[in-house]
Amino acid sequence: MRFLPSQEYMIKTDILIIGAGPTGLFTVFEAGLLKLKCHLIDALPQPGGQCSEIYPKKPIYDIPAYPEILAGDLTEKLIEQSKQFEPGFTLGERAETIDKQEDGSFIVTTNKGTKHQAPIVAIAGGLGSFEPRKPPIHNITDFEDKGVEYIIKEPELYRNKNVVIAGGGDSALDWSIFLSDVASSVTLIHRRNEFRGALDSVEKVQKLKNEGKIKLITPAEVVGIVGDDKVDAIVYKTADHIQKKVTLETDHFIPLFGLSPKLGPIANWGLEIEKNAIIVNNALDYQTNIPGIFAIGDVNTYPGKLKLILCGFHEATLMCQAAYKIINPGKRLVLKYTTVSGIDGFDGSRKEAPKAVIKKIE
Amino acid sequence: MRFLPSQELKMEQDINITITDREGKVHKIEAPTDMAMNLMEVVRSFEIEPEGTVGVCGGMAMCASCQCYVLSDTVLPEMQDDEEAMLSEAFYVKDNSRLGCQIQMTPEMEGLIVELAPES
Repeated sequence: MRFLPSQEYMIKTDILIIGAGPTGLFTVFEAGLLKLKCHLIDALPQPGGQCSEIYPKKPIYDIPAYPEILAGDLTEKLIEQSKQFEPGFTLGERAETIDKQEDGSFIVTTNKGTKHQAPIVAIAGGLGSFEPRKPPIHNITDFEDKGVEYIIKEPELYRNKNVVIAGGGDSALDWSIFLSDVASSVTLIHRRNEFRGALDSVEKVQKLKNEGKIKLITPAEVVGIVGDDKVDAIVYKTADHIQKKVTLETDHFIPLFGLSPKLGPIANWGLEIEKNAIIVNNALDYQTNIPGIFAIGDVNTYPGKLKLILCGFHEATLMCQAAYKIINPGKRLVLKYTTVSGIDGFDGSRKEAPKAVIKKIE
Repeated sequence: MRFLPSQELKMEQDINITITDREGKVHKIEAPTDMAMNLMEVVRSFEIEPEGTVGVCGGMAMCASCQCYVLSDTVLPEMQDDEEAMLSEAFYVKDNSRLGCQIQMTPEMEGLIVELAPES
């Protein structure tokens, strides 16, 4: 058996959705009703978009029929709702380039080289892809992948190394705990004595600190990086009344200050953009200036646009009808009600309303 | 009973605030106090910065994209734990840093002067 080089491998689908937030996830359901298959790409390692990344524990009050639902629960429900339509996922990769093919389809390639082909591309990218927030240290970009990592991808990289982590949230705490078993030393630097993470994590770090397995430097802030072609040391400034700068030798510096969304490479796809959003034809089908590419949810703009999850659901629904007509030209399409028709999943499952019982009254 | 023209009504409810944007331009603004708006929303509704660069999290004190430096001696609402925690992880933080989304537009904010912190 011969393996094809990965470049030749192509994920093929009907609707390629960029962004696995609520709008992208609901698209899978609406497309499935029209027998169209979907594949989603998201830069985050998990589906849900902002709902999972920024505010999973926060309630939302304007989802129809849910007087209150946590953002994380909404994501779970949407995944459950679309499960029978078997969506594919490319997670932790950012859609980088788009190339139109002679047959009218598009090939979208991620930053890791994964290729996807579809006749329809639906950009449901919200505010953009989430990128790590880089602390304002003047020479930090010179050391990226040379000892500075904003995301921990391969924990083994840190085995028997000296590691400095900066930040005060869950990821800073959790990785300090994890790496205390792997690295030869772990130093956690934070601007305050208080940490924002889960109580459990804070207590664990406290315990590891008492055991001497994590060195804690607070309140302090990393202000410089020293090294020639790789990180040799960092410089931190103590935030006490008597400010002093200290140099600390280390092999790695891992700043974990959360993520912020950036429109990113999508901005270079030839789409009309206004105010950091993609212009679409209002209320018809949310197609962009490039036929076959649609923009739905928070990422689009048109007169009267509201950035609401419930509006994204509506936009996704209309977009799928337009996608169907492009994929099946000339075919008649009639709106079906799920209550009447039921739902036939791609996995062979069928959901339908129970039949009424007819019984004679004697 | 006589109805006042809407401008006159507006005057009574509006407060004067001054916002310096990220490029140093000064905006003198009459902000409404009857719309339950916070400072972040004022910045957005007056389009002082490009859409999508302020108020990313929607006003939950979870992103610091509305960080500003308070330059007047206006008595501000006390800082809550979530704002303090977010500011402890934000960049370019100074002693007078606040999150715009946590400052409600009330009559007490009359004369407020702020400068928006750099984007990060």
